[in-house]
Amino acid sequence: MSSIKIELRKEDVEKIKEICASFNNDPQELINVLHKCQEHFGYLPAEVQEVVSDCLKVPVAKIYGVVTFYSFFTMTPKGKHPISICMGTACYVRGAEKVMEEFKKELGIQVGQTTPDGKFSLSSLRCVGACGLAPVVLVGDKTYGRVAPDDVKNILKEYE
Amino acid sequence: MEKVKLTIDNKTIEVPKGTTIAKAAKMLGIEVPLLCHMELHDLGIENKPAGCRICVVEVEGRRNLAPSCVTTCEEGMVVRTHTTRVLNARRTVMEFILSDHPKDCLICPKSGNCELQDMAIRLGIREIPGQEIAEMSTYRKDTSPSIIRDLDKCIMCRRCEMMCNEVQTVGALSAINRGFMAVVAPAFEQNLEHSPCTYCGQCVAVCPTGALTEVNHTPEVLRALADPSKVVVVQTAPAVRVALGEEFGLKPGTIVTGKMVSALRALGFDYVFDTDFAADLTIMEEGTELLDRLTRYLKGDASAKLPILTSCCPGWVNFFEYYYPDLKDVPSTAKSPQQMFGAIAKTYFADKIGVDRKNLVVVSVMPCLAKKYECQRSEFSTDGNPDVDYSISTRELAAFIRQANIDFNNLPDDEFDLPLGESTGAGVIFGTTGGVIEAAVRTAYELYTGKKLGRIDFTELRGFEGVRSATVDFGDLKLNIGIAHGLGNARKLLDEVRSGKSKFHAIEIMACPGGCIGGGGQPLHHGNSEILKARAAAIYQEDRNKPLRKSHENPVIIKLYEEFLGKPNSDKAHKLLHTHYFERKKKIIVKP
Repeated sequence: MSSIKIELRKEDVEKIKEICASFNNDPQELINVLHKCQEHFGYLPAEVQEVVSDCLKVPVAKIYGVVTFYSFFTMTPKGKHPISICMGTACYVRGAEKVMEEFKKELGIQVGQTTPDGKFSLSSLRCVGACGLAPVVLVGDKTYGRVAPDDVKNILKEYE
Repeated sequence: MEKVKLTIDNKTIEVPKGTTIAKAAKMLGIEVPLLCHMELHDLGIENKPAGCRICVVEVEGRRNLAPSCVTTCEEGMVVRTHTTRVLNARRTVMEFILSDHPKDCLICPKSGNCELQDMAIRLGIREIPGQEIAEMSTYRKDTSPSIIRDLDKCIMCRRCEMMCNEVQTVGALSAINRGFMAVVAPAFEQNLEHSPCTYCGQCVAVCPTGALTEVNHTPEVLRALADPSKVVVVQTAPAVRVALGEEFGLKPGTIVTGKMVSALRALGFDYVFDTDFAADLTIMEEGTELLDRLTRYLKGDASAKLPILTSCCPGWVNFFEYYYPDLKDVPSTAKSPQQMFGAIAKTYFADKIGVDRKNLVVVSVMPCLAKKYECQRSEFSTDGNPDVDYSISTRELAAFIRQANIDFNNLPDDEFDLPLGESTGAGVIFGTTGGVIEAAVRTAYELYTGKKLGRIDFTELRGFEGVRSATVDFGDLKLNIGIAHGLGNARKLLDEVRSGKSKFHAIEIMACPGGCIGGGGQPLHHGNSEILKARAAAIYQEDRNKPLRKSHENPVIIKLYEEFLGKPNSDKAHKLLHTHYFERKKKIIVKP
């Protein structure tokens, strides 16, 4: 397990309480609550899970169990510019893996990790419905098509 | 009740609708192997995640094999429990489990008492195909003051999780991760120490393998016994004497008090004393506190809080310190018998024999794992010297006796030493649910009314139901008593107290289902609640065997107050025999 120690601000706690309250603090709604929390914070640090635990009266161990079970949930914060590389069939056969390797090398991180300065995070996904542009890379909301390993440096430069 | 008729292995049986195939088979004398499934029938506790698939059977007309622990019987069903297909599937499942399980059975603390080992023997597993290339999942070992978690040995039966969450409502453990890395752990894979864990040890009591075991303190005890400069005294809790025999093949419920004393003497303890003595002392202090609070309450004193809750059980103390810190002035301030014993042994008794407390080693034998944590609490020590040095469980004592080449079953009966070995039947019944409050009632009645009790057995306070209540007639006062065993049941009564709706004057709580007889340090019951019932019956038998059955009649207790303490709840008694509670909820420490 890896997670960073954060301190929740008062308004963060209020936000979590508000999310829980919008689901009537119903323990059955745990997954929905976690979805909303991740949408708000970008990830689910331990401290967020603790507040959810207090609101829903679900042991924090159980919440951690759910967070670690579903790959959608993450306890690592996404970078300011989240990078997603499509590893779907079309992108894969057109060299997405080499692109991925180049990103890993340039950023010095693995898939699922965030750079120490919090700027970039790396993830892979399966098909964004733009197979004609394969291989496809997403940085935030921006889409890059027909990406070659040589393009990686230039893409990253745009965000400096 | 609606019934269904079915055939299992060519035998026909009619069972109530809703009965599982495994249970119906058992009625026919067919023991389908069960591994993750565990049931304590009389306590309403059942674990049936249908996770291990060892219990699969063939049901005619179904494509897949059915897990018999959860599949219910249907009219006309034809079930076969040992076809080639079933046996092969069962073997494959077992081989998969074993491929990711350490093979260090020879030195495993659970060896000889392990349900996985038994299953491997029963299924005749002789090889584990592909073992050379099989990967093993491995986890960090976690040692707390009471419990060791060695999750490499976890088979994901999830019994501990069920106990911790559904029965005890402690919520320290949960299944985490998925697939190969799935395991049961506290939140954020913290150590147990940083979780809500109460050290009740019920997870250990149900763990089929060596994944959850107790911290072994026998080596320290052995060292103390071998040190000529130390005087080593031992105290034994009431529930130990009705369970220890099981470790030596005796029938559950066999009372082995005399043999246990002999064995302890043979092990080399200088004085063999009884926690029951301290239980009598607890009654004097707790009973007096109850009457004091009651009298003040009836006079309209708003500072007198009712109900009063018993405080003998350290698992329960840990529980309310974590979950009900707002109620921490509600439980009695009386220390547990273990700690009262330690406090008296290291003052009154040490003075009597002229030994410095630093050279007096107090060992306790307990049915409990929380006692290990309790005796390490800093408020129970003087200048860094603990009142109770080491606490070992019933199981550890049994292992110790075996190592010392003692033929337990052929030992003669022996008697406890005086003075701290003298006890009454009231002290004995502390070992089972309802016992502490019954002991308190026996004394409080006579102190309150000034009359002799007509009957000593308050059968209305006994039983195995999770939450019980009774009203005891104290003349002008009808005393309402609540009893809960199992922390989930305790929670129900506590929520009432918190909301001001509790109708009780006094409540007894024991953390373990059944009370101390079902403690986390007892011989393993392997899901047989008959064992717990037999132990409880033995406790009441031992009580009836005692010439004295009321704590305030214990002559050594009377003398202790005359010579040393003054009277119950005196300043000195408060200093030595009472404690205070802390809010235990810690902020999670997140490790990088």
